[in-house]
Amino acid sequence: MANWVGQAWDRIEDLRLLTGRGRFVADLTAPGLVSVAFVRSPHAHAAINRVDLEPARRTPGVVAAFSGADLAPHIALGVTEQPPLALQAVHYVGEPVAVVVAEDRYAAEDGVEAVAVDWTPLPVVTDVRVALAEGAPTVVAGRPNLIAERRIGYGDVAAQFARAAVVVQERLVIHRATAQPLETRGVMAIPDPDGSGVTVWTTTQSPHELRRSLARSLRLSEDKVRVRTPDVGGSFGVKNRLYPEEVVVAWLAMRLVRPVRWIEDRLEHFAATQHEREQVHEVELAADAEGRLLALRDRFVVDNGAYVRGGVTVMQRTAMTIPGPYRLPALEAVGRLVRTHKTPIGPYRGAGRPQGCFVMERMMDRLAEAVGQDRAEVRRRNLIPPDAFPYATGIESPERVVYDSGDFPAVLEEALALAGWDQAAARIEAARQEGRWIGIGLAMNVEDTGGGGYEGARVRVDGNGEVTVYSGAVAQGQGHETAFAQVAAEVLDLPPERIRVALGDTDDIPLGIGTFGSRATTLAGNAVRESAIAVRRQIVEWAARLLEADPEDVVWEGGAAYVRGVPERRISLEAIAARANPLTPIPMGPEGPLPLGLEATTYFQSAPTYSSGCHACWVEVDPRTGQVRVLDYVVVHDCGRMLNPKLVEGQIYGGVLFGLSTVLLEELRYGEDGQLLTTTFLDYPLPTTTEMPPLRIAHRETPSPRNPLGIKGAGESGTIPALAALTAAVEDALKPFGVHLTELPLTPERLLQALAQSQSRP
Amino acid sequence: MFPAPFGYVRAESLDEALAVLAREGPGAKILAGGQSLLPMMKLRIAEPALLVDIHRLPALTGWQETAEGLTLGAVVRHSQLERAEALQEFYPLLGRTARWIADPLVRNRGTVAGSLAHADPAGDWGAALLALGASVTLRSLTRTRELPLDAFLVDIFTTALEPDEVLTAIRIPKPAGRPFGTYLKLERKVGDFAVVGVAVNVVLDARHTVVEAGIGLAGVGPRALRAPAAEAALIGHPLESGGIREAAALAAEAADPVSDRRGSRAYKRNVVRVFVERGLKALADESRPEVGVTA
Repeated sequence: MANWVGQAWDRIEDLRLLTGRGRFVADLTAPGLVSVAFVRSPHAHAAINRVDLEPARRTPGVVAAFSGADLAPHIALGVTEQPPLALQAVHYVGEPVAVVVAEDRYAAEDGVEAVAVDWTPLPVVTDVRVALAEGAPTVVAGRPNLIAERRIGYGDVAAQFARAAVVVQERLVIHRATAQPLETRGVMAIPDPDGSGVTVWTTTQSPHELRRSLARSLRLSEDKVRVRTPDVGGSFGVKNRLYPEEVVVAWLAMRLVRPVRWIEDRLEHFAATQHEREQVHEVELAADAEGRLLALRDRFVVDNGAYVRGGVTVMQRTAMTIPGPYRLPALEAVGRLVRTHKTPIGPYRGAGRPQGCFVMERMMDRLAEAVGQDRAEVRRRNLIPPDAFPYATGIESPERVVYDSGDFPAVLEEALALAGWDQAAARIEAARQEGRWIGIGLAMNVEDTGGGGYEGARVRVDGNGEVTVYSGAVAQGQGHETAFAQVAAEVLDLPPERIRVALGDTDDIPLGIGTFGSRATTLAGNAVRESAIAVRRQIVEWAARLLEADPEDVVWEGGAAYVRGVPERRISLEAIAARANPLTPIPMGPEGPLPLGLEATTYFQSAPTYSSGCHACWVEVDPRTGQVRVLDYVVVHDCGRMLNPKLVEGQIYGGVLFGLSTVLLEELRYGEDGQLLTTTFLDYPLPTTTEMPPLRIAHRETPSPRNPLGIKGAGESGTIPALAALTAAVEDALKPFGVHLTELPLTPERLLQALAQSQSRP
Repeated sequence: MFPAPFGYVRAESLDEALAVLAREGPGAKILAGGQSLLPMMKLRIAEPALLVDIHRLPALTGWQETAEGLTLGAVVRHSQLERAEALQEFYPLLGRTARWIADPLVRNRGTVAGSLAHADPAGDWGAALLALGASVTLRSLTRTRELPLDAFLVDIFTTALEPDEVLTAIRIPKPAGRPFGTYLKLERKVGDFAVVGVAVNVVLDARHTVVEAGIGLAGVGPRALRAPAAEAALIGHPLESGGIREAAALAAEAADPVSDRRGSRAYKRNVVRVFVERGLKALADESRPEVGVTA
């Protein structure tokens, strides 16, 4: 049997994607296609008195224009909290208010400029403290400013604090940021000619969820909505779940009986696509005199923005990530999700976990300082040992957190060795002799991956013997085609080029959830395996019939079947497939008919698996300008058995750069009037290859017992510990000045201010 | 990010371009590399009625080096100066500035003169060319004038250029001794606009005395600035640590930054001091590699 799983295959999709032959929503076209531009709110909070679309309708090239009031009678509201087009009021800058359809996007934009909206500006809340204060203005009429409060924890926190020898406290602030995929969002809707349904091509991460939500919004049955995703250029979470524009474009197509397309431009992306990260934590950590953890208490506030999208998930994942790889006897994390007049938040790469990891790892560094221990030693002392799995953290809600497997001490020690932890003090001292300020940081994490139910795969061999894998776990560049083909090729014992992977059509597989939460490979990968096993069984049964043998005696090898001991009489997959997918009446033998077709659809369900890792990095800080340079970055990573190390490493490279960018570069900033101040890459710097630090990756493979492939997710663990590790390294570089870093991002000026406020000066 | 409607004409000669400008008035805009103008049009910050494309005009390409100095044509690209080894002996600051600009794609298309005419206060060329004592040639259908760069740069995105004029050439005087120059840029990431940019240029005589000095600052005022007091403090002395520190302090005083998302006024001013000091020290080291300078 071929051994494809575990090999570092080159990515199957790369030939297409890297030679410009990918096909994205903006590449699609259809006869009579019209373009859409949205009128978006320039106010963070305002009443809409009147929307005058007549000047837009008179603009050359404009086909139609609609306001929220025009749309509302025709669709079901309430599918999402946010209406597809604003009705009485707007609640964040960038909220869609009206839509202009034109022969091309240029004309549509001219039409948008012609629209006159009569506004009454209303009080603006951009600060969660203001939103929670007594007498605060209501952010969205009829809805509470405090969206949700969740207490996640276990154990007797008060008793643990009472017996603590050491308590460290900190206020930690993480700023607002978002993902910037190379391709922005986009949607093209093509109506059925008879007006009864619609095909929606879109950049979504969750086509089946979208089919359901669109069907509800448009009051259609699910089978009248077909959602398709072509190639998608990155997503990172922000293309997940139904967006207003998808409803509007689908409705327009049916209303106008014309294909309609909208491509988000980058200005829109900054304001109209979900944000995340913004949280403030008040943390206390209790430990005994030896630095053994007793309890952690965290009160934190999450800035949700105006409407609920995925804020609750973000808040919960933050709290659930806090214990990490440590034995923490008691936890009390109380999160509050608060409404403000900003862009709604939803998960992106890490989905609240980077913040939770930041909290725990910053506090571990504080604890080390308080008890006078080495930062690695205080971690070592608290790690869950490798013989403790399955390990129940104690968290029972919103889901029971039981780590499946891992070897945290080995992960830590390998990272320390690779980064040269034991020689760090000497290296730092030597650098200081040269007038250079360098430091090393460390952070560990455990990440729940592949949670959230199930994912499916359908494997089919057609009448010509062509093998296709279908799944709702669509890809946005991660390499699913490669990963799924490897699994199918191994099970079916076929060369990889025989497997085609077709993703992104809700007509191809009835159920699916989508790609997010580091779940696609773990869940869909195992579903591919199960479906392929079923198809292989069907192949063998048909081969047995054709060879007039017992299935037990049939050998399936290299794409052909033979009876054991008679390898010279082989029957090919093509021949078997032709018989199993018949076009002519099948002669019935005495055994009766076999089920027709070579095809299976299975859905793999699992509790989360838990990936783990340790990041250690070296930075240099220029204490006169505050500039930070990352000198060296080490990741030791355990995502169970790796389907393909190349794919895993790709995820880690990108993930680390995401984290670095959050710490050093990206920040979405709002003015007090609720204006988004960072709306282009001029104001929101993104890293490129030149900012990519030298990265060294080591893998450990502790298989997951929760799925037959033994795999765990790898999509976010490059990012999660990076915030804490880099912050710790910068703090270490400035340690002689007594600098404490508690607020992100680490802009050069913020570092100089921290230096100026510290007791000792350079 | 879709521009408003606009017209386009590709000029076959400079005279044709000037005639179109004279005819069309302020609605017409010169298009050279397009690296600033087109993004502004996409944001609808700029909505010119007509673009007059001069980027292929032979009369404006390339440069001439004479005994008096260097004349750069209006469509010399950043990347041409980045790679111009022949200019390194007398004009080392040019190549060392060009390499800091944006990314290779922008450097291949964007022009030095276009950058000056755009007059972004954070633009790198304003600072560098002020440090080199450059002047610019402005032509209209009816007249030609030459202005020192210091008089050409007026305010944020504002120059002395009249609507009917084209910036046709940049002149840099030949140094009176051995020149040393470098550009320091504080950027948040590679390819970023300058938070602070500092161009330092000194010309030394045979005895290592500074005979000419130029210090240009980017990102710390409504336009690129010179630091004349700092320059004066350097002239007549060898390049050494005491004078360098004094010049750095004077340059910081010349800076007039505003607080914004890239940093506070105090922060930027401090970076000017640090960068002028570092830049001049680097030039001192370069000019006397066998001796070096101790700080």
